Amino acid sequence: MAERILDVKNLKVDFHTYAGEVKAIRDVSFHLNKGETLAIVGESGSGKSVTTKSIIGLLANNAEVVGGEINFHGEDILKKSEKEMQSLRGKEISMIFQDPMTSLDPTMKIGQQIAEPLIKHKNMSKKEAWDKALEMLKAVGITNPEKRINDYPHQFSGGMRQRIVIAIALVCDPEILIADEPTTALDVTVQAEILDLMKDMQERVETSIIFITHDLGVVAGMADCVAVMYAGEIVEYGTVDEIFYNPQHPYTWGLLNSMPTLASDKLESIPGTPPDLLDPPKGDPFAARNAYAMKIDAEKKPPFFKVSDTHYAATWLLHPDAPKVTPPEEIVRRQKKYAEMMAAKNN
Amino acid sequence: MPEKKKLLEVKNLKQYFGSGKSTVKAVDDVTFDIYEGETFGLVGESGSGKTTTGRSIIRLYDPTDGQIIFDGKDVSQLKSKAEKLEFNRQMQMIFQDPYASLNPRMTVEDIIAEGIDIHGLAKDKEERGKMVRDLLETVGLNRDHASRYPHEFSGGQRQRIGIARALAVQPKFIIADEPISALDVSIQAQVVNLMKELQEKRGLTYLFVAHDLSMVKFISDRIGVMHYGKLLEVGTSDDVYDKPLHNYTKSLISAIPIPDPEIERHRKRIDYDAAIEEPDDGKERELREITPGHFVRCAEDEVEMYKQRAAEYEK
Repeated sequence: MAERILDVKNLKVDFHTYAGEVKAIRDVSFHLNKGETLAIVGESGSGKSVTTKSIIGLLANNAEVVGGEINFHGEDILKKSEKEMQSLRGKEISMIFQDPMTSLDPTMKIGQQIAEPLIKHKNMSKKEAWDKALEMLKAVGITNPEKRINDYPHQFSGGMRQRIVIAIALVCDPEILIADEPTTALDVTVQAEILDLMKDMQERVETSIIFITHDLGVVAGMADCVAVMYAGEIVEYGTVDEIFYNPQHPYTWGLLNSMPTLASDKLESIPGTPPDLLDPPKGDPFAARNAYAMKIDAEKKPPFFKVSDTHYAATWLLHPDAPKVTPPEEIVRRQKKYAEMMAAKNN
Repeated sequence: MPEKKKLLEVKNLKQYFGSGKSTVKAVDDVTFDIYEGETFGLVGESGSGKTTTGRSIIRLYDPTDGQIIFDGKDVSQLKSKAEKLEFNRQMQMIFQDPYASLNPRMTVEDIIAEGIDIHGLAKDKEERGKMVRDLLETVGLNRDHASRYPHEFSGGQRQRIGIARALAVQPKFIIADEPISALDVSIQAQVVNLMKELQEKRGLTYLFVAHDLSMVKFISDRIGVMHYGKLLEVGTSDDVYDKPLHNYTKSLISAIPIPDPEIERHRKRIDYDAAIEEPDDGKERELREITPGHFVRCAEDEVEMYKQRAAEYEK
């Protein structure tokens, strides 16, 4: 049994706005196992970033956690004071953001920026921290590190900057690394390099990763487990194989279906737009865009139905009384592949 | 195959910025044709010159050198105001950022009708309004949205407004510069499908500039791959994706993440050394046809090597 290092239970977050309360996170539960990568996927506004910002305690001023708990080493992070959070952030839980330029300080040498958390959290002397920073620069693949350590962020390309951000995030050997769309701003070839680096560093520092992205291709390559979010809720949760080859929720179907695979020449889109979270719908939030919606979807929110020990989906289609539906062609193809994989495994 | 009509010919296009020592060769000697009714995809990483190429074609920039021939006419030779106006009507553009490309102080009706007014396409106010509302319906928006302002719309809806604006003057040719990269996956598919549908209904020709390679493959008939201002490979989208010839294209395609964990586990990335792309050996490099319709930028004596490479795929 894998060790759970993070346990999020029934998290609810509201944003206070002029227009009213935006219910950004509506009852989200998940856990992260040691050494694993959990990918959270979803559209903008689905709550994936807000979820992780609650974990690291970086919610905006107008946001409020209105319920739930986030257990890290048996302690509820949400109960910690700002001061306690400061000693946690960057040391036990660190984060990398989408835009490497805005997360680096333009007026500081990159060496100082990498050394800073060591001096603050690990009580290292400046000299020790500088040496460790140099080692880290080498590890993240910056060529000529002895010279580049004295450079400023603007002297690096986007991909190199993201490598530096990764170095800063991992320099204290954190237990959890939260990566919020870390490669979205990068070109595909650079993205591939950064993803390889992240996998490599994950092994080296034995960290667990929460990876936020909307790119299902990246998820397929990075994740052990996947949580699919929609309108402030997790609608499906499972191992990467379960989500990609045996998805159960119509929204997951829609997502997989709207990606052009290099082999296909058909593209199905999900009609409509996500619901307004100022006034979330009563039933299944996806009902309005769901071709498979039933009457009950508009009235009652579906609970999680268990598919396997690791796989859950919140859709009424899994209810024993629900009619059997045939998912889109692409999903049927994936399920076939899954059946073949499982058969091969059992042989 | 019937002889297709060339709608756009780009010949040795050069677009340099700056001068003297600090010249940036954003587009360097790019040549390609776009046939009527097709979608030509231009892919490449940031800084490859794909956007600049699009902007030079529609004359947002004055090309440093080279020719752009649209519908049989050299666009740099258009002298009279009427000719220029007609060119502007026939060629339209859709921009990347649906937030920045719509004037926040104009109503949707005025945004869409701006072109109609400039070109005098509507007889009176009533006809103008009807044209706008028809266009809104065409792009999948509500007819009543005409009186609203851009901030009242989501990203996908704004991009639809941008498309309606481009369509308003009944162009032949639309340059779409990363029209979907700012949108969510499920919305991307909606916009791409809309663009495809409009193409079929109205016989439009597209230049589709994007860095999302899988989407480009999906929408394009033919694709050009750009790198460092040069066009390295041109071919049908199947040829370029399934049988890439240039090392850079191979590397680029090997880096695309596929939404399939099994494939991802066995994916091998091909590295590419950009330093050896254009060795300074005095050989003349240009696009040369390797297999029918599939071109690679290379020197004369490299053609044989590429032909062998192409033959490997057929085995």
